Amino acid sequence: MGFFIVMAGARGVKETACVVERVKMRSGAKCIIDSLEQAGVTTIFGLPGGTVLDLFAELYHSPIKFVLSRHEQGATHMADGYARATGRPGCCIATSGPGATNTITGLATANMDGVPLVCICGQVPSTMIGNDAFQEADTTGISRGVTKHNYLVKNVDDIPRVVAEAFYVATSGKPGPVLIDVPKDVQQGQTKVDRMPDGVPAMRGYRPASTGHPKQIVRLAEAINKAKRPLFYVGGGVIAGNASQELMAVVRKAQVPVTTTLMGLGSFPETDPLSLRMLGMHGSVAANHAVTECDLLVSIGARFDDRVTGKISEFAPGATVAHVDIDPSTISKSVGVDIPVVGDVKLVLAALLDQVEAKERTDWLKTIAEWQRDFPFGYETSSEELLPQYVVEQIYRATQGKAIIVTDVGQNQMWSAQFFKYTAPRTFLSSGGLGTMGFGLPAAIGAQIGKPDDVVFNISGDGGVQMNFQELVVAVEHELPINVVILNNGCLGMVRQWQEMFYKKEYSGSQLGQSGRGENEGISSSRSGYLPDFVALAKAHGAEAERVSARSEVADAIQRAIGSKRTNVIEFIVKGDANVYPMVPPGASLTEMIHSMS
Amino acid sequence: MNHVITALVENQPGVLARVVGLISGRGFNIDSLNVAPQPDATASLMTIQVLGDDRVLEQVTKQLNKLVDVVKVSDLTTKSFIEREVVMLKVAVPTAKRGELRDLVAITGAEIVAVQAKSVVVSMVGDRKKLAEFVELLKQFTILEMSRSGVIAVSSDEADRETTKRKTSPSKRGGMTK
Repeated sequence: MGFFIVMAGARGVKETACVVERVKMRSGAKCIIDSLEQAGVTTIFGLPGGTVLDLFAELYHSPIKFVLSRHEQGATHMADGYARATGRPGCCIATSGPGATNTITGLATANMDGVPLVCICGQVPSTMIGNDAFQEADTTGISRGVTKHNYLVKNVDDIPRVVAEAFYVATSGKPGPVLIDVPKDVQQGQTKVDRMPDGVPAMRGYRPASTGHPKQIVRLAEAINKAKRPLFYVGGGVIAGNASQELMAVVRKAQVPVTTTLMGLGSFPETDPLSLRMLGMHGSVAANHAVTECDLLVSIGARFDDRVTGKISEFAPGATVAHVDIDPSTISKSVGVDIPVVGDVKLVLAALLDQVEAKERTDWLKTIAEWQRDFPFGYETSSEELLPQYVVEQIYRATQGKAIIVTDVGQNQMWSAQFFKYTAPRTFLSSGGLGTMGFGLPAAIGAQIGKPDDVVFNISGDGGVQMNFQELVVAVEHELPINVVILNNGCLGMVRQWQEMFYKKEYSGSQLGQSGRGENEGISSSRSGYLPDFVALAKAHGAEAERVSARSEVADAIQRAIGSKRTNVIEFIVKGDANVYPMVPPGASLTEMIHSMS
Repeated sequence: MNHVITALVENQPGVLARVVGLISGRGFNIDSLNVAPQPDATASLMTIQVLGDDRVLEQVTKQLNKLVDVVKVSDLTTKSFIEREVVMLKVAVPTAKRGELRDLVAITGAEIVAVQAKSVVVSMVGDRKKLAEFVELLKQFTILEMSRSGVIAVSSDEADRETTKRKTSPSKRGGMTK
């Protein structure tokens, strides 16, 4: 309400001013680009088409850098990777119809992981909406379930307000993607509405939580002070909320060990003795034991995902459960919570610091240290074949842990989580919630554009990398020194692993086209059954590329790639049936971990 | 359990689809739904009657609250509230039985709103129980058509009022229920 009054006031001022100076009319398209500039957008990812020609005409004259993807899904993942790496909202543009529908997977990916995106789509002219016009799709209808919010702009005068709201909604509370659908005639319409209103848009239906309730924070502090075996279970919310320093301060003072979710990797340094590393289905033994043994579990910016909890009834069975989250709807969603604290994790942790007592917790930390010592992440090293885990370890070694690792989904993702120790937020980028294969390569491009001085590795499998391989040309075109690592095991590895473990070793649909692969391990330059030939494919896209199948060549190849400062693809021919361990079978409790098939 | 949920929402296109999509997406059937503007015409009130598991519906209410266009959600079932619904029935009544119908209408507090050659339209305002009984009684005649407004409800909880307080100027469309 207040907002509308302000708008009316602003218009009033403008109209008075008009008496003195001529009314400045702008097109809707110009208004959008101006608003994006005002919102601080410096890079837009996307692909043009009929209904966004007006936008592109304005973009041409704007200082905003445009990155042309080769598929709209790629553009959304690029904007997503950019946002995850930098913490700034990502922005992308697509045309109506197929352009808009191609963004859906990218939007859903960002939505599940709480990544701030603003996606602008063209739409057919207002008068044609609903007429099955050429390249028409019900974009707001289709995207409703995969965005935090969306808009169909029907009046050109609304543009500055809508863009301001979109960025506010995308970046505040639990962040997420916002889509703005703009019909072509609205882009072409003229408006005299001034620039975006400054400050926080007043939206009576949207008031994200900020400070936690003081009484709840007191209860939480008391619980931590009283607990004998407390554990922090930290998720992506700490990264999204830029709360790593606050977390570290509380952990240091109260000596509470920390386990993170996949999305929380990097929120707390994994090299720290208090880090139990990742928990859950493929988590560490120490983390999963600690969850089961703790007497207080404090979830901070995590949402008790089923891949984390295992069997709910046996998750943290003896623990008081506390949950700090900015999103009230995640509280007690799957696991009952005794101490809910709804608020911004950064503010809650800052408030908590003064109230927690300095402790030593010698016994608890000793037990944990024993688990850590006895059950580190490991793999069968006796194999003659090149093992994917070894490749990830070598990347860790070569970069000394100082790189942005962008994974795809599946085994490559889990090995990247297990065999690389993350010490800083925003250095592990992965599609956690939706599990989108094909995310890695375009997201790495977005990350490198946002962080031009960082070393960026994309670790993918041979399955997922093919899903958006076309985007490799974008990296080459923009001279991005991305290192694309393909762990080629000739199959959809995680699917294969489940089939081996739970589906009678019948590898239905999970084998990728590499006939005769076994005897071609010492691959020559001939094609010999490799489908596709990733080295040739990468070169066709203009990237440097090589194939490595011997253990002894791994470290050098990685060094060469980093040193070249060019877009690199390294295809590692790895053992075809390597599995991710430990593994908590679906539906089992966290302590029922499988450590190997034998 | 049968829940009556009210949602104060922005009076904008697409809001209904968001709310309904969230509920139906979880497999709940909406038994009745009423949407009407508020005294402040930029807002509408939705009253949703839905049958479902309490815990899941608590989650639904939380999710509804997250929607940007939703200002306030209350599950009235958890507090005291007053509900009303309107039913209109077109009943085929032979001339000989009209007196009987008129008596029934008078006793039950219903109203005859239209009389035609072969049929009579009656309406009644009441809670769900009262309407159900009335409809049952009318089954002795031939019911040709029936239309119900869906439940509308207000909280009778004093504490609940301060967050929803608005100017209580009579709504023009409020006449719809009477």
